[in-house]
Amino acid sequence: MMDRRTAEESFFKTLMYLSIIIVVGSLFLVFAIVIMKGIGALNIAMVTQVPHGGYYLGREGGILNAIIGSVYLSTGAIIFASVISLPTAWYLQNYSERSNYATLVRSMLDVAAGIPSLIYGAFIFLVMIMVHARASLLWGIITVGVFLVPLLTRAIDEIMQMVPAKLKEASLSLGASRLETIFHVVTRQALPGIITAVLVAFGRGIGDAASVLFTAGYTDSIPTSLNDPVATLPLAIFFQLGTPFPQVQQRAYASGIILLIIVFVICIGSRYLSKKFTKYVIK
Amino acid sequence: MTETEIRISNFSISIDQRQVLKNITVDIPKNQITAIIGPSGCGKSTLLRSMNRLIDLHENVRTEGMILIHDQNVLDPAIDLSNLRKKVGMIAQAPNPLPMSIYDNVVYGLRIHGQGDHGTMDKRAEECLKKVGLWNEVHDRLKEPASRLSLGQQQRLCLARALAVEPEILLCDETTSALDPISAKHIENELTGLKNDYSILFVTHILRQAKRLADYVIFLYLGELVEHGPAHEVFTNPKDPRTKAYFEGVFG
Repeated sequence: MMDRRTAEESFFKTLMYLSIIIVVGSLFLVFAIVIMKGIGALNIAMVTQVPHGGYYLGREGGILNAIIGSVYLSTGAIIFASVISLPTAWYLQNYSERSNYATLVRSMLDVAAGIPSLIYGAFIFLVMIMVHARASLLWGIITVGVFLVPLLTRAIDEIMQMVPAKLKEASLSLGASRLETIFHVVTRQALPGIITAVLVAFGRGIGDAASVLFTAGYTDSIPTSLNDPVATLPLAIFFQLGTPFPQVQQRAYASGIILLIIVFVICIGSRYLSKKFTKYVIK
Repeated sequence: MTETEIRISNFSISIDQRQVLKNITVDIPKNQITAIIGPSGCGKSTLLRSMNRLIDLHENVRTEGMILIHDQNVLDPAIDLSNLRKKVGMIAQAPNPLPMSIYDNVVYGLRIHGQGDHGTMDKRAEECLKKVGLWNEVHDRLKEPASRLSLGQQQRLCLARALAVEPEILLCDETTSALDPISAKHIENELTGLKNDYSILFVTHILRQAKRLADYVIFLYLGELVEHGPAHEVFTNPKDPRTKAYFEGVFG
């Protein structure tokens, strides 16, 4: 007969295996379906040409406009978000130990991180109406940037909180101020994690369609200035899927493959980069 | 008669409404090794951390009395902490190298205190690493991460880092307890060699170590100062029955 401990153990083991199968399995299914449905439409023209006339009716062309647009937009957005998030995280670190205010800011950021990106898009759209602005790369960057700030800030904040207290004490006991300690020791120790957080946020930004639905516009050409409207891959997928033509729908899946590849490359890059910066980290 | 480096008078401290030290009054001699001994939880570390105000990291700290270093009350809220901690160096229980190279670790304090020109830093780094007997082991790999050193080397690096800002007082919080016996011996030797130039406070709960190192002894028990005096007197002829009991291994 099985005793209680053995039974418990096999129960939780089964639970673990089931969960991991669901997680890995569904991920695999998504990849498999996107690739199976899209691989036939994937060709070199897709990544080298912009849509020609009638592209959405099944004519020639590619989605280079959306690929470049997405890269421009997410790069701008991640720079915008980092410039705001890092100082905010520093602020939270500087006051974290003894301030209810920091706790309040943290919970507000957590709430903000849970708001759907569409709401951010709608909000920025209202601002645009107020200042009579038109949809453009710049406003797309602002939208995605604002949407990424809470996510990125809390990620960096959590990583910095994991820096061991003994490192901070070492710096303080040499006469460094709290801020100096945060700049020279905490940030340095947390750097690999910060890089990962930034690149994960980049991935979130490039994959988000809803936030830029109203604010970035959509165009068949590659933007040449911040004031031009810009196409993004997720929106390209959305529009292509929305047509009644099967071959255009198939191109949507092919675009999905391209998006997957970009995100995959970012993941690998983040692994590589953060490894590079672990040299001096104290384990 | 020896000079006094630190004058502690009627010092009490409570953290989170819990009284940790009660009414401590003692003079700590200059350029000697003073061992603070006592069983775990008697307030040794808190006393040490009061002297460089690392207690500020806790919330709800209340202090009474004074800790005077050169006639300046360390507990004064208006004191320049950066300056105080430059004068009063600390070496922690476990080695805590900073996430940077060996060289950058040693000169970290210099950079903080605006003495970061290359000539000074190179000279001071070599000087301090020699003082702790680490120069020969690391001089050809100063740019390597400090984390690659062994634990014993890391602790000597921390000592060198503390020395680099030219403190007058060194606070050692069970500085050898995380090390193997040989590395511990190494640190003890360095400290003995340093005592002519620095006033060293050494917290330990290892009696034999206190006997080896100390010129002056402070015995704390449950937050109270039980006995203090020159090491040979306290060790050979303890006056208080609690000190006697502690030495005989009745508790602690």
